[in-house]
Amino acid sequence: MDAVQLARLQFAFTIGFHILWPTLTIGLAWFVTWLSALWWRTGNTVYRDLMRFWLRIFALGFGMGVITGIVLSYEIGTNWAGFSRSVSNVIGPMFLYETLTAFFLEAGFIGIMLFGEGRVSRGAHFFACLMVATGALFSATWIIAANSWMQTPAGAVADADGIFHVVDWWQAVFTVSFPYRLAHMVCASFVTGSFVVAGVSAFHLWRGTHPAASRTAFSMAMWMALILTPTQILLGDMQGRNTMDNQPVKLAAMEGLWDTTKGPAMTVIAWPDMSEQKNLYSIDIPHLASLYLTHSWDGEVKGLKTVQPSEQPNVPVVFFAFRIMAGIGVLLLATAVAGLVLRLRGRLFSARWFHFLAMGTTPLGFVAVIAGWTVTEAGRQPWIVYGHLRTADAVAPVTAGAVTTSLLIFFIVYNLLLAAFVWFAARAAIKGPADSAPPSAEHPGLDRTNVRNLASSYTSSPSRQPVGGAGHAGA
Amino acid sequence: MIAQLLAEHVPLLFAAVAVFCVTVYVLADGLDLGVGILFLAAPRDEDRDLMMASIEPVWDGNETWLVAGGTLLLAAFPAGYYVLLPAFYLPIVFMLFALIFRGVAFGFRLQAKRFRLVWDLAFAGGSLLATFCQGLILGGLINGVPVENGMFSGGPFSFLSILGVLCGVGLVGGYALIGAGWLIWKTTDFTQIFAREIAHAALILTTAMMALVSAWSAWSVPEVAERWFTLPNLLFLAPIPIITAGVILAIWRGLWGTWDPRTFLLSLVLFALGLVGLIVSLWPYVVPRSITVWDGASDPQTLHFISYGLFIILPIVLAYQAHAYWVFRGKTVHHAGGYGGGEAQP
Repeated sequence: MDAVQLARLQFAFTIGFHILWPTLTIGLAWFVTWLSALWWRTGNTVYRDLMRFWLRIFALGFGMGVITGIVLSYEIGTNWAGFSRSVSNVIGPMFLYETLTAFFLEAGFIGIMLFGEGRVSRGAHFFACLMVATGALFSATWIIAANSWMQTPAGAVADADGIFHVVDWWQAVFTVSFPYRLAHMVCASFVTGSFVVAGVSAFHLWRGTHPAASRTAFSMAMWMALILTPTQILLGDMQGRNTMDNQPVKLAAMEGLWDTTKGPAMTVIAWPDMSEQKNLYSIDIPHLASLYLTHSWDGEVKGLKTVQPSEQPNVPVVFFAFRIMAGIGVLLLATAVAGLVLRLRGRLFSARWFHFLAMGTTPLGFVAVIAGWTVTEAGRQPWIVYGHLRTADAVAPVTAGAVTTSLLIFFIVYNLLLAAFVWFAARAAIKGPADSAPPSAEHPGLDRTNVRNLASSYTSSPSRQPVGGAGHAGA
Repeated sequence: MIAQLLAEHVPLLFAAVAVFCVTVYVLADGLDLGVGILFLAAPRDEDRDLMMASIEPVWDGNETWLVAGGTLLLAAFPAGYYVLLPAFYLPIVFMLFALIFRGVAFGFRLQAKRFRLVWDLAFAGGSLLATFCQGLILGGLINGVPVENGMFSGGPFSFLSILGVLCGVGLVGGYALIGAGWLIWKTTDFTQIFAREIAHAALILTTAMMALVSAWSAWSVPEVAERWFTLPNLLFLAPIPIITAGVILAIWRGLWGTWDPRTFLLSLVLFALGLVGLIVSLWPYVVPRSITVWDGASDPQTLHFISYGLFIILPIVLAYQAHAYWVFRGKTVHHAGGYGGGEAQP
């Protein structure tokens, strides 16, 4: 492999690893904020216990997000000096504003959010949570603005040396694809967060541990999922049509459409063969793609062959990544609807098969996010700034050896990190929220489990906690 | 006329902001990297718990200044970003790896039982390596960076120099001094006594390395010698080393003093003086000895756009970061919650 491919591989790996954490923490930050508000206003200890529990998992994910994010802010210079040189006038301020408005806001209040309970009032704790959650959204906004500019550049002109100069900031920040991308990504994060909360709560419902807290969290998560999954599919459809207008080649790769067609069929599955420039073994549903893309029976959709094969992205990658993302979307929608049916029948907290299913959906949001980013980033190739700057012209003057070394270390380190995160997060999740809630009068039969848990966590805690201060947190 | 004046002075203003960000980063992250450097030297596990707890609420905010520095460089002085980052490829990526290890140690150490030593090593080793890499970069900057056609033209190891190694060792000593000062301020009893004792060693190391780095760079880099040792510069610049010597003496005499913040605050002053000396040596370059502040600045309209952020948002950021320190003021006690450290029980 040459330095370009290595640099691409390294960036894809590090940014793909990074996006997992914002995806988790944007959703969880708002969930914790919501719990903090409920605890502040109602004084119901179930909300406090849930808040503390999810804060613990949020904190692990947040730390991972910070450190893997710092890597990216420097990697753009170390590996993509040509890109930085060409677009710094446009992209640089967006990154700077992300730091100023988002990272500092998060960093300024994360300490109070995680450790401030007891030092500040409940209202102030809620405010700190709100600031961190808002910071996470600001961060997504700026980074999506920068990415959207790379996809649908506007408001800037390149000079003879290939350096972009901004002529209109409004156009450069609010490009045509920006609102769709932002909505789709933020919604993806909320959906993922919902299914993480649902999965962990379902685990405790399934085991019969922490019933009060698990029921509350499971119910909240399934309501969120019911609202968000259809919204997300709708947003995805809107972004798809936006892509058709602005990046027709990417859309054609997503659909596996080679020739410009009137009333194209939807290709359910196929093997897109780039050398023959056609699909092998394809299963098509006539006119369906035309219906959801153009909202008409015989609308025209541009195909891949409108450009030279050298100008096409890697079609199978985009094609299959898109199917993984869309398939997961449908699966999550089905889960949310099944949850509604069970709830209406009063079986949401007792249907064990459904709890098992909900546990299975926990990682799916992350898979869909990675697949979705693969579609949009691989689909932009061979361009790094669509239509203006080629990826091959954007790399830094560093040797392939240096990039290989760092790529290998990144690969090892990140896998170790992931293993450590999964280990600690799973342990925290399995332990569950503390049962400080008084046994609910509605479900007297569950008291026994409650007591057993309390007893076991009480006896085990001194050995686990060398720090003595933990016990008086609740006092 | 006015346009010319602006073109001359606007980059200077942004250079001042960039220097400010670097200063805040070095002082703020210096304290928590310093605590990390001293981590394994502490005699007891209780000390380590307390040391980590003292920086837990603020380390993330401190490290954000590193991102601020990087993004400000990209936005205001892109030449610095796309020339310097490839030039220091290896020390930068190893600094990032090191920061990763020490960063996750915050989250994982308190949760670990059997493998606690692993996270202790990750935290201390990460802090040490990150600091040393920063020193290598510093030394490389003083030496200058090879540039052709506006891009970096050296090899992967052209950053490496004796001066860089000296700077690396000096920075380790300096951060350890700040960290020890922080611990004197934020802890009591045995941990505080440990901090006072180790501060002696850190101060000796810092003083020796500051002298060595100054002498070595004056001897090996003619531009630096010319800057400092020609008249009338010599007269104007003479107060810097004199004040520095005074501050070092003041730290030494106050290590066992009754006012706990003293060592910390004075070591910040010492670092600030070191930075002033560095700026004197490197001025007016973004990429030392090839690209100046004026040549390396980005478009006027880009500078105009980011000025709102820098002159309106940055002061607000400073205010609430100060507030975060204020919330956790006073001596550190062990706390519950957060990174899975505390077990909330009724």
